[in-house]
Amino acid sequence: MLSDAEITAINHEISLVPHKKAAVIEALKVILQHRHWVSDECVESVAELLEMSPAEVDSVASFYNLIFRKPVGRHVIHLCDSISCYVMGYEELYQALQQMLDIRFGETDTDGRFTLLPNCCLGCCDHAPALMIDEDLYQDVKPGQLKRMLKKYS
Amino acid sequence: MPTIYIDSKPYEALAGKNLLETCLGLGIDLPYFCWHPALGSVGACRQCAVKVFKDAQDGTGRLVMSCMEMVKEGMRASVSDKDAVAFRAQVIEWLMTNHPHDCPVCDEGGSCHLQDMTVMTGHDYRRFRYKKRTYENQNLGPFLHHEMNRCIQCYRCVRFYHDYAGGKDLGVFAAHNHVYFGRETSGILESPFSGNLVEVCPTGVFTDKLLKEHYTRKWDLASAPSICQHCSLGCNIFTGERYGRLRQITNRYNSEVNGYFLCDKGRFGYAFVNDVNRVTRPLLRNQTIEAVDEAPLMKTLREMLSGEELIGIGSPRASIESNFSLIQLVGRDNFYQGLPEYPAYLSGKVAELVQSGALYVPSLKEIEASDAVLVLGEDIWNTAPVMALAVRQAVVRTAAAQAGKQSGLPAWHDLAVKEATQEKKGFLANLTVCPSPLDEEAAFSLRRAPDTIARLGFAIAHAIDPSLPSLPDISTAMRSIVNSIAGALRSAQHPVIISGVSCYNEGLIKAACTIAAALHTIGLRAGVAYVLPECNSMGLALLHAPSFDNATARVLSKPGVTAIILEADIYRTVAEKEADAFFDACKHIIVLDSMHNRTTQKAHALLPAAAFAETDGTIINYEARAQQYFQVLAPQQDIRASWKWLGKLKGLRAAAGNGQQVHPDEILQQLEQALPAFKGISRVAPSPDFRVHGQPIPRDPQRYSGRTAILANLTVSEPRPPQDTDSPLAFSMEGYPGIPPPALIPFYWAPGWNSNQSVSKYQQEPGGALRDGDPGVLLSGQAVLRLTGEEKPTAPPLFMDIPEAFEAREDRWLLLPQVHLFGSDELSSYTPGIRRLAPQPYIGLGEADATALGVIEGDDIFVWLEGKACSFPLAIRKGLCPGITLLPMGIPGIPVPQWGSWVKITLSEDAEEIRCPSKIF
Amino acid sequence: MERPLTKHISFRRPSLALEEYERTGGYAAVRKALKQLTPEDIQQQVLASTLKGRGGAGFSTGTKWGLIPMGADAPHPKYLIANADEMEPGTFKDRLLLEGNPHQLIEGMILSAYAIQADIAYIFLRWAYRKAAVLLQQSIEEAYGAGYLGKHILGGSWSLEMHLHTGVGRYMCGEETALLNALEGKRATPRAKPPFPQLSGLFGKPTIVNNVETLCCIPHIVNNGADWFKSLSRCAEGGTKLYGVSGKVNHPGCWELPMGTTIRELLHHAGGMKNGHRLKGLLPGGASTDFLTEQHLDTPLDYTSVAAAGSRLGTGTIIVLDDATCPVGFVHNLQHFFAQESCGWCTPCREGLPWVEKTLLSIERGEATPEDIELLRMHTHMLGPGHTFCALAPGAMEPLQSALHYFMDDFERHLTEKKCPYANHLHR
Ligand SMILES: Cc1cc2nc3c(=O)[nH]c(=O)nc-3n(C[C@H](O)[C@H](O)[C@H](O)COP(=O)(O)O)c2cc1C
Ligand code: SF4
Ligand code: FES
Repeated sequence: MLSDAEITAINHEISLVPHKKAAVIEALKVILQHRHWVSDECVESVAELLEMSPAEVDSVASFYNLIFRKPVGRHVIHLCDSISCYVMGYEELYQALQQMLDIRFGETDTDGRFTLLPNCCLGCCDHAPALMIDEDLYQDVKPGQLKRMLKKYS
Repeated sequence: MPTIYIDSKPYEALAGKNLLETCLGLGIDLPYFCWHPALGSVGACRQCAVKVFKDAQDGTGRLVMSCMEMVKEGMRASVSDKDAVAFRAQVIEWLMTNHPHDCPVCDEGGSCHLQDMTVMTGHDYRRFRYKKRTYENQNLGPFLHHEMNRCIQCYRCVRFYHDYAGGKDLGVFAAHNHVYFGRETSGILESPFSGNLVEVCPTGVFTDKLLKEHYTRKWDLASAPSICQHCSLGCNIFTGERYGRLRQITNRYNSEVNGYFLCDKGRFGYAFVNDVNRVTRPLLRNQTIEAVDEAPLMKTLREMLSGEELIGIGSPRASIESNFSLIQLVGRDNFYQGLPEYPAYLSGKVAELVQSGALYVPSLKEIEASDAVLVLGEDIWNTAPVMALAVRQAVVRTAAAQAGKQSGLPAWHDLAVKEATQEKKGFLANLTVCPSPLDEEAAFSLRRAPDTIARLGFAIAHAIDPSLPSLPDISTAMRSIVNSIAGALRSAQHPVIISGVSCYNEGLIKAACTIAAALHTIGLRAGVAYVLPECNSMGLALLHAPSFDNATARVLSKPGVTAIILEADIYRTVAEKEADAFFDACKHIIVLDSMHNRTTQKAHALLPAAAFAETDGTIINYEARAQQYFQVLAPQQDIRASWKWLGKLKGLRAAAGNGQQVHPDEILQQLEQALPAFKGISRVAPSPDFRVHGQPIPRDPQRYSGRTAILANLTVSEPRPPQDTDSPLAFSMEGYPGIPPPALIPFYWAPGWNSNQSVSKYQQEPGGALRDGDPGVLLSGQAVLRLTGEEKPTAPPLFMDIPEAFEAREDRWLLLPQVHLFGSDELSSYTPGIRRLAPQPYIGLGEADATALGVIEGDDIFVWLEGKACSFPLAIRKGLCPGITLLPMGIPGIPVPQWGSWVKITLSEDAEEIRCPSKIF
Repeated sequence: MERPLTKHISFRRPSLALEEYERTGGYAAVRKALKQLTPEDIQQQVLASTLKGRGGAGFSTGTKWGLIPMGADAPHPKYLIANADEMEPGTFKDRLLLEGNPHQLIEGMILSAYAIQADIAYIFLRWAYRKAAVLLQQSIEEAYGAGYLGKHILGGSWSLEMHLHTGVGRYMCGEETALLNALEGKRATPRAKPPFPQLSGLFGKPTIVNNVETLCCIPHIVNNGADWFKSLSRCAEGGTKLYGVSGKVNHPGCWELPMGTTIRELLHHAGGMKNGHRLKGLLPGGASTDFLTEQHLDTPLDYTSVAAAGSRLGTGTIIVLDDATCPVGFVHNLQHFFAQESCGWCTPCREGLPWVEKTLLSIERGEATPEDIELLRMHTHMLGPGHTFCALAPGAMEPLQSALHYFMDDFERHLTEKKCPYANHLHR
């Protein structure tokens, strides 16, 4: 199931912690890096590698916001919906994105290009509203800039 | 003993306890959810809030969770403080925001801790006006129903299932108010302790699917104290009846035995009592129905009995009363057991050791408190499940106690103790034939042949006491393991060695004892527990009856005897040929049993015996603890307790007409007089004439409903309820409403406490012994000595006869039974859910043998039993050593073999003989 | 005015690599400490400096360290953890330090680890700080290369391993005990205190968790002494503080200023309110602090003074509520956040916050009744400190309770007008 690269990376994480279980979040991050989301099969494979049960792995996986247990688009838009961005009008960005992509928070557009997610404060409140697309941060975003911004991501 | 003040009143408290358990122990009602006496405190639900004050002058105080607060000398707390009261009511209101309020259709209704706590806090008006959160439920298999919407997120289910019982397939998922308790996906819960969720869950998320089939509220169940019948541990249970059927089994607390928990076989394995296959009327072979009317039946029976030589076959699953009544009928010299020579000898050996007084046999509670456990051969996960649970606690608690000591944490502070403990574990060495889920807890788990395990046992004894014989041929690698185990046992304070008879190996029994003897030389009192197969195996063994082989020899040498078989299907324990030979040689065969089986088919006269729920009786567990169970069902039709039938037969034999009616306690008294080994057994429970303020103990709760209408479809007038002259319990709501003596508690209930959590009202302190002591009488030699004040640390016997090392043979396999928790036991297998979880027949081989034979999992192969080739699919048993084959015990479709014999395995029916290359060394 | 923490941080050039950092006096404190100072010396100095933890609670760092077992029989490994989870809405100060001068944090961690004789250090970084992640990883490697980390640091007997751990998104991970669980690969639910992490922390071993900014102060204290550190401040709480302002101000941003700078001055740095907007209120230190209003503008921003004014300094990053923004909507946004980020462990928070959130939404939509206000008020009491398992829910109640106090008019207008009186906000 898991690729050799994934297994090697997970084994490396295991080597850094006092017991295998402690590497579970790192292992899930490895999967995310390679596949962007964690399928049930991956949960099972990770469980086997770490000598855990799938339930134990999923108990941890399902707790965290950024461990996706459902497929996501090729790119994930993390739109900050916390207070400073609220004051500075993130809701307009949200509306613009909804219109452009025809998706709401938690959804993926039809061609599987973007998944739109709300995100807690991105820590750039002085440049609100802000959003991240994959690992790229955009600050002081105006609705009018979104179109060009999204072009970069195919 | 610290003095504390609760609402300004002084109380003596127990040091080291938290404030919640202290309050409950003092009888002060305080609501709680996440705390559980066996699971400790985590402070999650915030329901147990009270105020604590700095000193008498402090008028403000501080709101704390009482479960997280250690009692301290001079502590001042208030339960009735208005802020605390308001907060507790608020917690319930929060919990109820999403609760479906579906009590009328919820199986927990009427025995629901959430209901009780809601009433207790006074929350009664719903202000939350938004949509409730809803969840999808899962199908969790045959035993448990799942209804997540009712969940109040107390986390107890995971804390029991995962943390306490080690089950890996139930967890908590997601976060905030979406947390979900269940499996990763729908499916059968894997843990054999899953049924406890019914009681651990304070509301109706996990409910009993068997009860659901014919649902009855707790207040409508007639209940009685009882003992589980499915293994040798003797867990205490409540049986619940409605409309003449057994409806539910729940845990009955006994601090020395099962504590708060049962296994699923015990909880759900009762369906046989209600089964259509029950024997309800006497049967006479080739006779008409009329022949079994009272008078003709008695006449026939008298003919069968009078003048004939009688022999009786006793039963390890019948009560001691019934077994002794059979002895009284046939005479001691004519009393046998239904086991072949070797297993009978092994149980006899165990009984002898337990009786000797030289062996300290630990209770399950004492096993839980052990700091080093060695299991020699016995697969306790399957043969004694709640003991496996106790061993798991021993491992967990030893590590937790160490961590707790280092960081100054009390044991009840579960959350912090777990963090401090991390993955550390106490000492367990699990040396068995096959792998077990217990291995996960073990510092050492080894798969070896029984002889080899026994030898390792002797080697461990030698490593502890070098004056004992050494085993020079043990490999260096193995020697280091032996030394580690010996070291762990030596440095323990309460070492326990567990073995048993399921490996058909005497060496194991002797080795366990010898290790205890070696530890004795260094001043350590080691516990030795031997697991036996059936609920009253110990009782039967203490009667020291000769084996079935002897009985067969006797009838063969002197035909014409009348054999009386007591509640045992001989065909499950003895090979068909031998059983046939025996029955063919008997002139008359009288069988008493509750279910039709192959032995009842041989009966010339078959008498319907009461099942455990229909009669009173005493059984004796692995530690020689005699415990009494009480009737909850009035037997249908002609069903009668075996001891009653046997009393009648005795009367017939005496030619004096009907036998006298006797009570169980009288039989026990006679037993005591006849056999000193049973001294004290008549104290097992109060006698039938026991009354409190002149009143019997009612089986029906005070809110029992419909008693006048319950039979209205049959008769207009309310019939007289069944009368019970055998015990102080009454089939009635009337009687003593208070707390009865511990042996007679029929259910737990207290005002405001309708759920089983009311057990704390029956205990001396939460999690402690029942008031007036836990029921049951210990008959072990040590217990007798303790009673008479003669107990001195005597050395357990030493054995020097070390078995030869196991050697695989080229062309034969050593045949051993694999006991299956679900399936191997006769009576529990009548429960459809248990049958569903039982394995299909298979032939088990180790990986090496399978490879050498060129077969893979599932291939049909042949094992030769009694000269016949029997074909079953191959099941590869990980780690099983070459040269051994396993067959699942007691599974229908497999002939009863001679366990421990060497058998032939072939790949086809007509194959001559195969040689297994893996064993050519 | 000295700005020890941010002196070398500039947006016009990349953060300092090891050599540049050393050239500006970097790692001098490590050299000094390892050659001349005992761990106890540093602990003493930090205690004397009156440094208070910058993570939000403002607990004395020296006192915190003082609880860790020292000496030959102390359990090992001991851990030091930098809390770089910064997820408190409205807070963006640690990001500046992490991206601007990662070696400063690493040096602070080495010194702190030395002071408590830790063996292993972790930086717990939130996922979203991608740039910081890259820089920190590089800097850690550089520090290893230069012998500041690893075995036998600077040839001495003491060794320290340092790892960067990026989280997978949960506000709770910032709570120090939940952080420990997250690092152990568990659900980030908090742990009971006591036992405090100093005794039983990561993997059950003694552990100190400190905020990034706290740790960045340490090199400067070691270099310049406790008195110097105290002299930076305008009040009894030593040092400078990273303050920030966000919202409708002309120049939102983050500045290092003397501890005790007033709100008015800080708003001045931020260029005052944006044209056409009036200051209605502000949260002085992140989402879980009480509102202050115009009457508090001269309050010095230190832990004691802000507490006296009825709020908390928290993270020191001000969020401004302007007169065009609906206070109900504002608080609703906060409560939505807190309800989502509740870990689900304890009842009041798990069940209470969603109720609060729903109630605020219904007020905002004009569907509420006066009883709903009572319900909110009830929650501010019932979710107070000590009632919940950790500080998340009590923190969440702070802006709500003060909003009910200062902006009651607004709440009432929602009830009477049966709609939000402010220019339409889009609500999901
Ligand atoms: C819900 C919650 C979230 C927190 N998040 C952070 C955080 O992101 N960063 C931080 O430094 N402290 C955070 N804290 C405070 C930490 O628990 C802890 O007090 C702090 O890291 C200690 O560092 P200090 O003593 O240097 O301030 C949080 C506390 C709570 C209750
Ligand atoms: S207050 Fe309770 S539910 Fe909320 S985050 Fe803390 S522990 Fe979790
Ligand atoms: S019982 Fe005390 S908090 Fe749950």
